[in-house]
Order: sequence, then C-alpha cells, then structure tokens
Amino acid sequence: MNFNTKNKYAFVKHRKKFFWFSLVFTLAGIILLSTAGLNLGIDFKSGSKVEVLADGTLTEDEVYNHFAQAGDGYEPDDVTLAGDNSEIAYASFIGTLSQDEIADIQTHFVDTYGNEPSVSTVSPQVGQELAKNALISVLIAAVGIIIYVSIRFQFLYGVASIVALLHDAFFIIVVFSIVQFEVNVPFIAAVLTIVGYSINDTIVTFDRIRENMRHTEDIKTFDELAAVVDLSLNQTLTRSINTVLTVVFAALCIFIFGGEAIRSFAFALVVGLVAGTYSSLFLAAQLWTVWKWKSIVREKNKPNKEEPEDLEPEV
Amino acid sequence: MVKKWRIGLFFVIVILLGGLISQTVMNTAKGINLGLDLQGGFEILYEVHPSEGQEVTDETLQATVSALNQRVNVLGVSEPNISIEGEDRIRVQLAGVDDQQTARELLATEADLSFRDVEDNEYLSGEDLEENGAGVGFDQTNQPVVTVEFKDGDAFGDVTQQIINQYSPPNNRLVIWLDYEEGDSFREEVQKEDPKYLSAPTVNEPLYHKNIQIEGNFELEEAEFLAEVLNSGSLPVELEEIYSNAVGASLGEDAMEKTIFAGFIGIGLILAYMVVFYRFMGAIAAVTLGAYIYIVLTIFNWMEGVLTLPGIAALILGVGMAVDANIITYERIKEEIRAGRSIMSAFKSGARRSLSTIVDANITTILAAGILFYYGTSSVQGFAVMLIVSILTSFLTAVYGSRLLLGLWVKSRIFNKKPRVFGVKESEISEL
Repeated sequence: MNFNTKNKYAFVKHRKKFFWFSLVFTLAGIILLSTAGLNLGIDFKSGSKVEVLADGTLTEDEVYNHFAQAGDGYEPDDVTLAGDNSEIAYASFIGTLSQDEIADIQTHFVDTYGNEPSVSTVSPQVGQELAKNALISVLIAAVGIIIYVSIRFQFLYGVASIVALLHDAFFIIVVFSIVQFEVNVPFIAAVLTIVGYSINDTIVTFDRIRENMRHTEDIKTFDELAAVVDLSLNQTLTRSINTVLTVVFAALCIFIFGGEAIRSFAFALVVGLVAGTYSSLFLAAQLWTVWKWKSIVREKNKPNKEEPEDLEPEV
Repeated sequence: MVKKWRIGLFFVIVILLGGLISQTVMNTAKGINLGLDLQGGFEILYEVHPSEGQEVTDETLQATVSALNQRVNVLGVSEPNISIEGEDRIRVQLAGVDDQQTARELLATEADLSFRDVEDNEYLSGEDLEENGAGVGFDQTNQPVVTVEFKDGDAFGDVTQQIINQYSPPNNRLVIWLDYEEGDSFREEVQKEDPKYLSAPTVNEPLYHKNIQIEGNFELEEAEFLAEVLNSGSLPVELEEIYSNAVGASLGEDAMEKTIFAGFIGIGLILAYMVVFYRFMGAIAAVTLGAYIYIVLTIFNWMEGVLTLPGIAALILGVGMAVDANIITYERIKEEIRAGRSIMSAFKSGARRSLSTIVDANITTILAAGILFYYGTSSVQGFAVMLIVSILTSFLTAVYGSRLLLGLWVKSRIFNKKPRVFGVKESEISEL
C-alpha cells in the first residue's frame, strides 16, 4: 500500500453523494428504530436472566424442563442457546426473581451440572436510570468535546466533529436494530468507546487540515479550499487505515474468540470503527469544507475587517 | 561514523526491560483483583428503607455499610466492595464467594431476633440480649445450636412463666423469629414444611437461665453465621434488592480464558502488521507495546483496581490507541523522509510534529472516558478506568519510549541513507 501520490483520491468532489448517503441512512435508521426497535436486554427493561453452563449440549426443551423441575411456576419467557456446542443457555423472565427463587434455581442447576448458574435481576426503576444516565453521558461528552475542540481548533471543527460522532453512535444503534442483538450495559460502553475513537480519528484529520491551512496563502475559490482538504485527507489516509485496521484486528478477535458475555460488545466496536473511519474520511471534513467556504464568503462581503481565521494560535 | 555505543545501549535497555518483565509479570498478574464477572460472585444493589418513623440519613447509611462489612468479614470474602450510591442505595459486590445463597441471606437479614407467643405478641427482642453474647453449641443429638445470653437473668424466666400461665398445651410454645415482619403469623407458618420462624419450643416449666439455646435445624456453618450476625448487631434499616447479578464461578472462568486468548491473538496480529508495514520502526513499536501492557497491569494493580471483562476489552483497545500513537509518528517520519530530509532530521521533525496531533486526539478520548466513569455503574466504570490508565500509559511508552529507542538507532547514524529500513523506497523520495 502506498498513498504517497498527492491527491490520489478526490474526497471533496463527491461530497454530495456522501451527504445523501448519510441522510438516506439516517432516515432509514429512524424508520427502522421506530418500527423494529432495539432488542433491549434486562439491563434496560427489568426482569431476570439466568445463564446456565451445562456439561454437554443443551436443547431448549431440556432447559424448560429443568426450570420446571427446579420448582413450580419457573417457566422462562424465553430461552436462547449459545456456546460452541450449545452448552450455554440464557433463560429470561419478565418479572424479577426473589432471593428465594434464585436460591431454588441455583441449587437445582448446581445439583444437575455442578456449575453455579449466573442470575441477574433488574427492577424497572434501575433499568430506566441506566438508559437515562447513558444518554446524559453522551450529551455531556459531546458538549465537552465541542468546547475542547473549539478552544484548540475552531468552532466549525468542533461542530463538524460532533456531527461525525453522533453519526457513528447512531450508526451502531441502527445496525443493532437490524441484527437485533441484545442491547446491554457493555453495549453502552462500546458506543461511548466509539464516541471517543471517532473524535480521535476526526481530530487527527482536522489537525492536518489546520496545519495545511496555515501554510496556504489567501484562499480565493472553493476549489482551492477543497484542494487543501483533499491534500490533508490523502496525507492522513495511510494513518487512518492502518489505525482502524489494528483496532479492528483486536475487536474482531474478541468478537470471534472472546466469551459470550462480550461478543455483542465487540460487534458494536467493529461496526463503530468502520462507521468512525467513514465519517472522518467522507463526512466530517466535507461538512467542514462547506461551512468554512460559507464563512469565507461572508467575511469577503464584510469589507475592512481582518479575517479572524488567520489568527489561530500556534500550537 | 557509526556510534556503536548507542546501539549497545538500546540492547541493554531492551534486555533489562525483558528481564524485569519476565521476573515480575507473574506476580503482577496474580495480584490483580478480578471482578465478579471473571471469577464468579455476586453484586446486589439494595434500596434502603428506613425502619418505622425514621429517615434515611448519611449516618444510617454509613452504619448500614459498616454492619454489612462486618457480616461480609464473617464470610471470609477477600475483597468485598460495599459502597453508598445516591441518596438511599447501597451496592455490595462480593467476588469469589463459594456459597452465594448463604451469603445473600446473611447480608439481607436485619438480624432482628424476637421471642413471641403463638399469638405473635412480642415478649423479648434483640435489645434484651447481651452484646457479643451469641455463640455456637451442640444439643444432646449433636445438632448445632445457637446460644444467646440475656442481659437480665430473670427476663427469660419471667417470659416462660407468663407463657405457662397464659396458654395450656399445645399452645404453650415460645416462638423464636428472625426478622419477624408485620403480617407474619405463627399459625400460618406452622402448617408449612419450611416455616419462617427459627424454632418454637414447648415451655413446660419456667426457665430462669441467662443462657439459652436456639434450635433451628441449622447446619454448623449456618449456626456460626447466625451467631456472628447476632454479635455484629442488627441493621438499622430494611434492605430491598433492586438489582442483582450473580455469576457462577465456572462461567466467569470460561469468559476470562476466552477473552485472554482472544486478546493474545489480537495483539499478535497487531504486532505482525506493524512489523510488516513499518519494518524496523514496527519492531520498536512491538517492544514498546510489551512495556505498555506490563506498565498498565502494574499501575492497575497498584491502584487496586478491579479487572472486569470490559476492563480487558479496554486494555486491548488501549493497545490499539498506543499503536495509533506509533502510527501517527511513523507516518510523519516517513513523510519527512519522502520529502527528501535526512533520516536524522526526518526523525526529529516527525517526532515533534506528531506530538500535538497525538495530544489532541488522546485528550478527547480521555474526556469521553472520564464522563463514562462519572456516570457509569460498576462494570462500565472498570472499563473507563482501564481506558484512562491505558491512554496515559500509551503516552509514556508509545510517544517517549518509542522516541527514545528509535532515537538511539537513528542517532547512531547506522541508518543514514537507508530509507528502506523505514519502509520508504528510494524512488519515492523527492529531491529537495
């Protein structure tokens, strides 16, 4: 791989296609979320989940039978199997199991398989708080990042990077709606990681644009501005691809070989990494270009005023 | 003139580092506290309800936490974590508990012992007992019993006398309850196979004893726990479970083994890719990544952090971040070489110009991780702490470590006019 040749790829020229793509995707995503919705785990609803590790392959009927044997009225509302040989079963209950009920179930499965099953219960109140806190933290993080980027760079960079960030977070949520994987607390951790990664990725590109802008004399046409952005994107392209590849290696390995518990976490990471790379290469910089050009035009129409953009602090 | 001593110094550093890591890494790894998702155990979030006519204050919460801590000590759990959350919640995390059910019962009991008649009228309560007077004994059939001591030697005698006077057989029984709640009734419970009260001995004559035995079909362990709990005092409040998560030990172990295995493969792939793409600089990156993982584990151990499953994921993600810092620097150096600079000046300006990029990129990620830590719950917090430690460490190793090691080679001048070592072909270099 060698991306040395200057402006090998024209990123800005095709900006409208990227904007349309993202717009259509966003609309489709909104429709999908409002119809299919998300497969919320008990972390966000309320209820109980029992994870059983057996010594051999399980079938769903077996699992129902075992719960019936454990005591009257223990009928899971849903059972799913997992593991390489289906030796793990997840049984979910709509209500919260009491301490005594959990004791019954654990005793039964310890007697049967010798392994203590994992049981988690969440009351409705706690589930809602979790979802609320996650949303608040993303919003606060977004505001914090806009402030930081506005200080270090410029307000426009900050806004463009937040659009990229929200795009990536939304992208993961839509993909999870498509595949209907369970949305749990680690999923939130994954989305927030991607928020961090996405901003990291966008900043590296913006950092280069800022540097190249500083070296460029007075920009007169949109094409001149576009050329600077294209140059910057081409210069950082190898880095963007290499970095995303290495992190994707790690995330894919967790997805393929890691335990059941963090599989959906790793999947969210992989999806988010791809979205993050797309948004910093094809969305954030293009948005910035369009907005920047508008502000340049506005400045030109205001005579006898110095352009504040040229007074960026030296870093 | 090639300065061989610098290359010598490089190998000395690498060998010392390798020696240090191989000598201490096992102890460091063993010393790390594993979260309950990795070694089994349980976590319960309690909502605190005040006893009648009281309010939940900071003092009552603190008192509850210390009472819970004493109970947990009875269980012999090595790293209990009991913390107050919000206004009226207490989170208890116990990793590596063998008998989860007993532990749960032990935690939630109010340890409110009461002596009642068959009509459920209370005669004596925990307040009449001598502090630290509970113990374990054995009855005639060698069944474990809990012994308690009354403050007043006549109290128990008076009560038994009253019962004999008031009730005739078969109702002349003294019912001993643990955690009697409004609405519990002896008449209902006595019909059940597993009644809620501890025992209901028949009283035939007044017993003027200071010490009495409570039979309750206890296992020895149960009797010991109950005695300890009675000694450590009752809880000032009622606890309601609003969230719980119990992980079986073998499920936790399974998850940990798989994740660590996945981590090794992932890191191996990253290192291989780095060496193929960045040649010599990639090899330097591999050395600094080894140091990075070791330092992160050491710091985490020193902070007494609890390693959870998402924590391992953060560690592996941190490897990606550390690699990114290397990649940014190396790309910069390659660019400078292509622009026609000498290896030495390309190295210097590449390292300098990449720093501000790395700083800006990482600070924004730390910002996100900090917010995650502040708003997240236990396992998400574990993830955030690990991410922050990882990013800070990656600064140390991927920026300064990498620069130091690469600098020793570059400044030895052995690579002067050998751009291929850095993955740049001669044909790509433009004339100045």
